[in-house]
Amino acid sequence: MSRDSRLAWINGLLLPLLNILTAFAATAVLFLLINVDPIEAAKTLLYGAFGYSEGVGYTFYYTTNFIFTGLAVAIAFHAGLFNIGGEGQAYIGGLGAGLVVFMLFPGLSPWLMIPASILGAMVFGGAWAMAPGYLQAYRGSHIVITTIMFNFLAATLMVYLMVKVLREPGQMTPQTVLFPENAWLPFVHDVLAKFGIEVERSPLNMSILLALVMSVVVWFFLWQTRWGYAIRATGRNASAAVYAGISQKRTIVIAMCISGALAGLVGINELLGYHHRIIMNFHVGYGFGGIAVALMGRNHPFGIVIAALLFGTLYQGGAELAFEWSNISRDIVVVMQGLVILFCGALEYMYKPWLVRWLAPVQEVRS
Amino acid sequence: MNEVTTLSDMWLTLLLTLDATVRLSTPLILAAMAGLFSERSGVVDIGLEGKMLAACFASATIAHFTGSPWLALGGAILASLSLSIIHGFATITHKGDQIVSGVALNILVSGLTIILGLTWFRQGGQTPALTGDGRIMSIDLPGAELLNSIPFLGPLYKELISGHNILVYVAFALVPLVWWVLYRTRFGLRLRAVGENPNAVDTAGISVVSLRYRAVMIGGVLCGIAGTYIAIAHNAQFTRDMTAGAGYIALAALIFGKWRPLTVFMACLLFGFLQAFSMRIEGVDLPVVGAIPVQVIEAVPYLLTVILLAGFIGKAIAPKAIGKPYVKER
Repeated sequence: MSRDSRLAWINGLLLPLLNILTAFAATAVLFLLINVDPIEAAKTLLYGAFGYSEGVGYTFYYTTNFIFTGLAVAIAFHAGLFNIGGEGQAYIGGLGAGLVVFMLFPGLSPWLMIPASILGAMVFGGAWAMAPGYLQAYRGSHIVITTIMFNFLAATLMVYLMVKVLREPGQMTPQTVLFPENAWLPFVHDVLAKFGIEVERSPLNMSILLALVMSVVVWFFLWQTRWGYAIRATGRNASAAVYAGISQKRTIVIAMCISGALAGLVGINELLGYHHRIIMNFHVGYGFGGIAVALMGRNHPFGIVIAALLFGTLYQGGAELAFEWSNISRDIVVVMQGLVILFCGALEYMYKPWLVRWLAPVQEVRS
Repeated sequence: MNEVTTLSDMWLTLLLTLDATVRLSTPLILAAMAGLFSERSGVVDIGLEGKMLAACFASATIAHFTGSPWLALGGAILASLSLSIIHGFATITHKGDQIVSGVALNILVSGLTIILGLTWFRQGGQTPALTGDGRIMSIDLPGAELLNSIPFLGPLYKELISGHNILVYVAFALVPLVWWVLYRTRFGLRLRAVGENPNAVDTAGISVVSLRYRAVMIGGVLCGIAGTYIAIAHNAQFTRDMTAGAGYIALAALIFGKWRPLTVFMACLLFGFLQAFSMRIEGVDLPVVGAIPVQVIEAVPYLLTVILLAGFIGKAIAPKAIGKPYVKER
């Protein structure tokens, strides 16, 4: 094997694999530190996630959210942008989904109602990301700081709206009235029941199909369309892209809009799919989780679906762990997300010098 | 007579709001100064929040077990310092993305504190409430009661200047100190230079790596103090995500103050005042405008930062080499 192809193997496969293993090993060490046998924990976790059909339903339900936010972060990454605002975009996306439902005529056919609401989520989420994108492109403000600020702005805006404006009259909890039933996305257990397959009830709904479709769409968009090319070119080398006739500013705004629109779809899975009303904080953790998913999935839709499934598994299995061990909660998944982001992101090249020296040493040229 | 009473009442209300401002700005000042060192050296520090949260947990835990707030302070500084060393290891040694590293640490800490808290205390992730000894108590400056009878100035001294804990005074004393270190010492000059033009610093034979590590570690120490203040001085226990975004507000203040100690300090005071003000006017009908929703005022720091960054009011010019790992030329 030539040195170049060895290097490609190191960068493409060995390095990501080692990084993920390091993150897992660090988690295992943590388990030992808190007196939990990691093997037992892994068994319990897998049982919780896949051992019974309700658990499987929850696993895929969480996976759906992680696919949306993972794709959102990845699109921005491809444009060389770090969209840390998935939390806010998901939250505002949910607001958009709900507002569309409330504005439309309640007896409208679900075939019109649901797509309109999905569009509402994408437009609101996209708009919430467009503002930081615009400010980065045209005013030079740093996208990371602006999206962080927009997360907080989204949170305060939602508190205000939910408490003062949208709250169901006479209720203490800040939540809206129920959506009319024709805005509900069908549950997977109901759909399967029509085909005579009985599974336990779970929040898993048809949004998962939307998530898979979006993964394909994002793949097609990034690698088969002109805009996708513009995004990838800008992310790789913005000044070279300019010479190819690509406007960096426009590309940044477009990438952020799409990123936000994808993050906004979390609102569809959560609100149209399960809660059937706007509630507070349905989005918490998915925006940040998307960063881990995108890094682990190497910003490729296929990798993202796999990584999202892993985090969905951890999320649901983590709940099962909490039943068995009183000192574990779902926060263990948050720890893992942090470790994945640290080792697959920030410390991505930690092993590289060592691997290169071992597997692909520079041949000394002797004259 | 009556008029005098209302006047001194208003004065007292103002003083109490300012007093709350001082208490709420303290962690912001400490964290913003931490970020200032790190970012002036060219290393972005999104991880202020995580370092403070780790320090909160460490200090509350150690204070619970030992009853000594000073051991707690030491432990909190160590916890925060070790996180800043990880940040340095990832971004300075391995040239990883500084923002990704900071985000990783923030997320890691927000989960880890809960898991460790559950393991050690089984109270849903909290630490047990501290009683008297474990906390850092406020100090009454000499003569506070005695001078209180002097109109206006007496209450000013008693309510605003006296009666805070030592960390508050440390935070306020820190500002001129940071200014002095940054602008009047050789270390400060080199620190600013390495954030603007690391190549030049390297050419002069000064190690970029060691300078940046030192800057990041100073930030770790200051975040440790900030977290201790939040957990065992301002509060009396650790609770889930108790920093509640203070790290990000400090970051906003750092940008709003354009990375300069005195203006950053003013920004921290402003943001602290906004928090104190929103607490005070909650549910109160104000003349002319009526009741302002608390959220509107809470949103102001974020909005101001966005507007400033967009260059609509002045311009925030970051250190030139910020966010870029330094790669030595061969």
